[in-house]
Amino acid sequence: MLKGHQTWVFETKPTIIASAAVGGPYEANGPLASDFDLLHGDIRLGQDSFEKAEQKLQEQACETAIKKANLKKEDIQFLFGGDLINQIVPSSFSARTLSIPFLGLYGACSTSMEGLSLASLLVESKFAKNALVCVSSHNAASEKQYRYPTEYGSQKPPTAQWTVTGSGAALVADQGEGPKVTASTIGRVIDMGLSDPFNMGAAMAPAAVDTIEAHFRDLGRDPSYYDLIATGDLGRVGHRIAGDLLKKHGLNIPEELLTDCGLLIYSKDQPVVLAGGSGCGCCAVTTFGHFLNRMRKGELKKILVVATGALLSPMSYQQKESIPAIAHAVSIEI
Amino acid sequence: MSIKKKKKLSPTQQEYQQFAQAREPKRPILSNCIKAFFVGGLICTFGQVLQMFFIKYFHFSTESSGNPEVAVIIIITVILTGLGVFDHIAQFAGAGTVVPITGFANTIASASIEHRTEGYVLGVGGNMFKIAGPVIVFGVFSAFVVSLVVISLRALGVM
Repeated sequence: MLKGHQTWVFETKPTIIASAAVGGPYEANGPLASDFDLLHGDIRLGQDSFEKAEQKLQEQACETAIKKANLKKEDIQFLFGGDLINQIVPSSFSARTLSIPFLGLYGACSTSMEGLSLASLLVESKFAKNALVCVSSHNAASEKQYRYPTEYGSQKPPTAQWTVTGSGAALVADQGEGPKVTASTIGRVIDMGLSDPFNMGAAMAPAAVDTIEAHFRDLGRDPSYYDLIATGDLGRVGHRIAGDLLKKHGLNIPEELLTDCGLLIYSKDQPVVLAGGSGCGCCAVTTFGHFLNRMRKGELKKILVVATGALLSPMSYQQKESIPAIAHAVSIEI
Repeated sequence: MSIKKKKKLSPTQQEYQQFAQAREPKRPILSNCIKAFFVGGLICTFGQVLQMFFIKYFHFSTESSGNPEVAVIIIITVILTGLGVFDHIAQFAGAGTVVPITGFANTIASASIEHRTEGYVLGVGGNMFKIAGPVIVFGVFSAFVVSLVVISLRALGVM
């Protein structure tokens, strides 16, 4: 049911019956390592290209989630997938392996919550009994496409972020045990005219703020309703800006309530990550791994995940276009 | 931000950019310069030692000893790039590894490694000069312009 301008409230409460997170070597050294179902020491995962490695990440995340739900892949009715690579081939190729009816999505790093919203909508509308969401990103594959070759020695500024190598999958169903998706706020594309691809946090922060404000306005809720409000991949720079911007707009979210997946996934003694994690996989593995685990343990009851995406392409950047950004918020309760 | 760029932005965008800029960490320019100075200096000192080595033991002249010296540094860079170490050194050193021949060797090696998966012709061959290409293009063009100036000055009897 639509509430306010842009928020869907799911009355049947679609349930996340299983979720899985798969990560790479840097994620394995991070503080959330124990929340991953599978960690790889080799960035190539034994494949002959980074793109194939990303496909493998998705396949493993999907297979693990399906297995955890005690189902077979034939039982899954629809698959929503997305990633950052041109024409989202890792998603399409892993959907080929899984042979589940597939809808490909692109929302840059916001794809995880875009997919979760759509899967919940599908289950809510009774067009499906269940739907699987799977998104991924791969550090080297993304660097290759968006920036420079992986081994190229350029000095990155402290505002740059590190693309997460990982894939997260969540299986949404009309019945079962687990955290429930209760509402989704679909974000607008916001462009504040920033054009530095080494500072995506600042470009995405206004989109996150816009969606968070819309969510509380549409539902008439107070931030204290939630135990945790997590943005997707703003990193250290964007997180600080978003926090201050929310205060400036009169929405007082206590500091301990507001966090960011890009901050949580790596520890401070991992210097290569600079301002923190980014990529589709960042929000996906943190939410579908860490947050949902904490909810199942009873540490968290109500969370709001705001996945943020920078909608740029290497070409739009070279053509001196600014970086538009988007954010989708999903409320998960247990 | 240039004035021209600023004009295109709406007042809200301008306000936000100032707001954001105040909260961004700045590039540590001074410490980057110091690191670049020492790492770059170290590489050049090592190059000088190599040159003297080639002069003393292989009887190269002062002019020709530069060639084997550059070749050795290029080989070392390419090996470090292939081992995945060079980009970490460069994140620390910045201009210290970009400016000497190490930077140039790294651009070509890294692009070749990266695009190996697309095949030897379209992948390695087509992308090898992806980053180094502009350097060669504008380097050659600048040399052409400078030589035209020199030839004209000579023809006019100035030089």
